[in-house]
Amino acid sequence: MVTREEAARIAALAKLELTGEDLDRAARDLAEILGYVEQIAAVDTAGIEPSPGVWVAPPLRDDTVGAMLNADETFANAPDADRAAGLFRVPRVLG
Amino acid sequence: MTPASPMTALALRDRIISGELSAVEVCRAALARIERDDVAIHAFQSLMPERALARAEDIDRDPSRFRDKPLAGVPVAIKDNIATRGHVTTAGSRLLERFAPPYDADAVERLDAAGAVLIGKTTLDEFGMGSSTDFSAFGPARNPWAMDRTPGGSSGGSAAAVAAGFVPIALGSDTGGSIRQPAAFCGVTGLKPTYGRVSRFGLVAFASSLDQIGTFGRGVADAAAALQVIAGRDPRDATSADATPIAWQPGSPMARGTRIGVPSADLEMGVHPEVREAFERALDELVAAGATRVDIALPSSRAALAAYYLIATAEASSNLARFDGVRYGARVAADTLDQMYARTRTAGFGPEVRRRIMLGTYALSAGHYDEYYMQAQKVRARIRHEFEAAFEQADVLAMPSSPVPAFALGDRVADPLGMYYADVFTVGANLAGLPAIGVPCGFTSGDDGPMLPIGLQLIGAAWDEARMLTVAETYERRTSWLTRTPGAPA
Repeated sequence: MVTREEAARIAALAKLELTGEDLDRAARDLAEILGYVEQIAAVDTAGIEPSPGVWVAPPLRDDTVGAMLNADETFANAPDADRAAGLFRVPRVLG
Repeated sequence: MTPASPMTALALRDRIISGELSAVEVCRAALARIERDDVAIHAFQSLMPERALARAEDIDRDPSRFRDKPLAGVPVAIKDNIATRGHVTTAGSRLLERFAPPYDADAVERLDAAGAVLIGKTTLDEFGMGSSTDFSAFGPARNPWAMDRTPGGSSGGSAAAVAAGFVPIALGSDTGGSIRQPAAFCGVTGLKPTYGRVSRFGLVAFASSLDQIGTFGRGVADAAAALQVIAGRDPRDATSADATPIAWQPGSPMARGTRIGVPSADLEMGVHPEVREAFERALDELVAAGATRVDIALPSSRAALAAYYLIATAEASSNLARFDGVRYGARVAADTLDQMYARTRTAGFGPEVRRRIMLGTYALSAGHYDEYYMQAQKVRARIRHEFEAAFEQADVLAMPSSPVPAFALGDRVADPLGMYYADVFTVGANLAGLPAIGVPCGFTSGDDGPMLPIGLQLIGAAWDEARMLTVAETYERRTSWLTRTPGAPA
């Protein structure tokens, strides 16, 4: 069981705007899928270290400057940008 | 007219290099066939005729300059979540409907360097999230064998493009089965390499610890040749490995007594009777070829699917945070930054992507992290250990690629868990980072619907693609499934 309030909290964390029927649906879907994935609790994992992935060596590198996009490439796909100033433009940040 | 059995990529390449065939004519013929038949199939999201023809013309000017290029003149399709410079790469999402990447993916650069003719971009479930292409924002692809059926997903367009004979080779990506399952549904070969074999640079990220680019071909030799081209260390993807190249050649003989491990208990997991039957016959064929069948156990198989959906969605919820309407993609205007983020994402993402972001965010949120995400990572570690133990008893593992043949388009859209179940046999190789291949192993009888392809999956030990390919090709050579092709779409 996932309440409407809990689904709304998760949607806010995920930056999704779900209201009305969409929110009810999200709560129902979440509850159904959680009901299925809960079976992992039954797997005996005592003494097992969690595995975040499969790597031959830790995927680390030196912090050095490499090739990067030029300004034209950087702004080519931007929905709103001031190319001359070198800025992406967004709505006001503070209410 | 559909050619009875399309020429392999390798044969096509040889005839282009020798001057027997013109690369431009091959390219134009491929584009013309797609133009004519893909209206019905929708394997392609977009075409790149200018890029393709420019390359083909370059080859025809002097084919001998391409003598050492392994894919010279071969038409190749690219899944539309793999970046192509200056050409729209939608990842199947409204949000990226007009996104033209400023660079080629590493795999695309390598295909280019190998002389391939890059024809176009193929249909997929949005961001790779789906098993049917039903979740493409631009309409699904259809299965060339039966137009009311799904080609599988998420790389359904690539599988359908090869099955329909549009191209001999296509790239896909496989996070939980997205190459092997559509290969099974479309009756072609699909190859997912060891995690780290191919750079993910330029692949739109879904779940970074699981995602791997791989290849489709009709047969093993073509899929392997394409993988050998795209494999290799790339400093732009820190998880790509500096591994010994795959030393494999078509026609490599399978060693007598090669041990094929079968997780017999898993075959009880809701496998369609005709899939089960075709799988057993495939094993008999391998035994007849000199292999030895051994029983192995993967006790956490059932839990693997649950762990997969937690890990994949958790990583997706983080990866997809980048789609915020600031640097690229469509934006929905709003008064404040926070509203702009939320409206852009809500309008831009389809229902399945939203569903997975919600699950992933839940699994990572305070109070649920240990119970879901951390436990899923422990189950993942356990699954890795189980595979390691299995490879002490066996050289290659075998199981079906999919528990069922191609289901009807739209059938599982309202049933997320039913859709997820399509991946029950494929997620293990992703969780453990292992190479796996799907090859055609028969057809349904057609008693209760159209005759549909069935796929055999072989899983290799990490970095041991070669032995897996040998077993797969040995099977292929003893059977005649590849001589069948779907007819032209009605």
